Amino acid sequence: MGTDQAERTIRCLVAKVGLDGHDRGAHVISRAFRDAGFEVIYSGLHRAPEEIVQATVQEDVDVLGISILSGAHDTLVPEIIDGLEAYGAFEDTLVLVGGIIPDEDEDELLELGVSEVFGPGASMDEMIAFVSENAPERV
Amino acid sequence: MSGLIEELLAGKHRALARVITKIENHAPGYRDLVSQLHEHTGNADVIGVTGSPGSGKSTLVDKLAATYREQGLTVGVIAIDPSSPFTGGAVLGDRIRMASNIGDMDVFFRSMSARGSLGGLSTATTDAVRALDAFGKDKILIETVGAGQNEIDIVKTAETVLVLVPPGSGDDVQMLKAGILEIGDIFVVNKADLAGSDRTVQELREMLGYRDGRVPGTVGHHGSGEIDASIDQREGDDWEPEIVETVAERGEGVEELLDVLADHQSYLDGSGARERQRRRRYAEEIRTLIREDTNELLAEEIDARGGLDSFVQQVLDRKTDPYSVSDAIVEPVADCVRDRRTDDTD
Repeated sequence: MGTDQAERTIRCLVAKVGLDGHDRGAHVISRAFRDAGFEVIYSGLHRAPEEIVQATVQEDVDVLGISILSGAHDTLVPEIIDGLEAYGAFEDTLVLVGGIIPDEDEDELLELGVSEVFGPGASMDEMIAFVSENAPERV
Repeated sequence: MSGLIEELLAGKHRALARVITKIENHAPGYRDLVSQLHEHTGNADVIGVTGSPGSGKSTLVDKLAATYREQGLTVGVIAIDPSSPFTGGAVLGDRIRMASNIGDMDVFFRSMSARGSLGGLSTATTDAVRALDAFGKDKILIETVGAGQNEIDIVKTAETVLVLVPPGSGDDVQMLKAGILEIGDIFVVNKADLAGSDRTVQELREMLGYRDGRVPGTVGHHGSGEIDASIDQREGDDWEPEIVETVAERGEGVEELLDVLADHQSYLDGSGARERQRRRRYAEEIRTLIREDTNELLAEEIDARGGLDSFVQQVLDRKTDPYSVSDAIVEPVADCVRDRRTDDTD
């Protein structure tokens, strides 16, 4: 990387929220994103929605990937989205959810403004391609 | 003034975050943004925290930030982690340790990738500090990439440099001699509850003593509260580096460290060192900027002449050599500059 790097780097927050101690997936994704040339901020385990909001706003990430395996997505994700809206950070953040999400809940999340839900079996390439194509333009 | 800067000065977190992004990306117009910030800066204390990977930088920064918040001060943190030399990607994990400042927006924490820089900071760090300063943060903490021997860029940006030395790193301490020992204003023996801590303090003290034959004081983390008499002798030009023992995870020694930090800040003001430091820093920054701008100009010139590869091929084919290539590209530029200079002075 030389001085001539006006080319933008995609920044992602990989967030583990709520009472869910399973972070293998989040680690694998963080690593894959890193290898794809993204800058990945990993939240660590057991974060509260307000922490995720704080991190998303301060880090000015292009992409917020929320990993939830606890089944509490229907309360945690709306809280995060409300928080982002309060800071004017929702419109230009690509919000993704990964984890075990029942089909009917998936539709609800998409309606809330989540851009995509990745369940078990989603491939890394698929996710990376999605992020590269859909990361919002920063102006 | 740009709307973004107005919002930043009005205290909008989102605007601050976005300005830092633009600075990091060298987005079009970022220079104007930084220029507009400049007049609003100069009020924050800038503290650098460096040390080897795993020495406890993030944890200590978290505790320092929390303690400043208890005092009613606002805090900005910039934490830098390394970037991949292969993909440019990075995993920025310092935020994980920020457990004491959950949901407190008056601690503005920003993770940065080194983006290829080797000095422990990223090229954007100084300007990002400026953004936090203009925003009105009282204290700005910069956490460097885990430092080995030569990552000492922090000394160009911070006003006070904390060097963390974990105990039991006897041989490491020897290794630290050349680089890091020279930049520390305060040495923090973190994880002071581990075996070997006393020895590390002793070794540090000895080596610092070599500087001028005197032995600096130690502040115990078990509440001895007594600060060594050498602190009073700081009216002169040189700050005697202090050694403080902490157990950052439990917050032990943090109050003492803050006292020493405050001492250093008043030393900087009282001795005129801050002023001198700022002069040096701005001089260095101007030099760096000019160097970078010149590099860019030359890169443009190389491209205009068919790109570096064509020169490389000619060198490979023994048609020319690297020195001649450099001369051929730089000399016309130098001629232009000299012509203009003569014109201007006429």
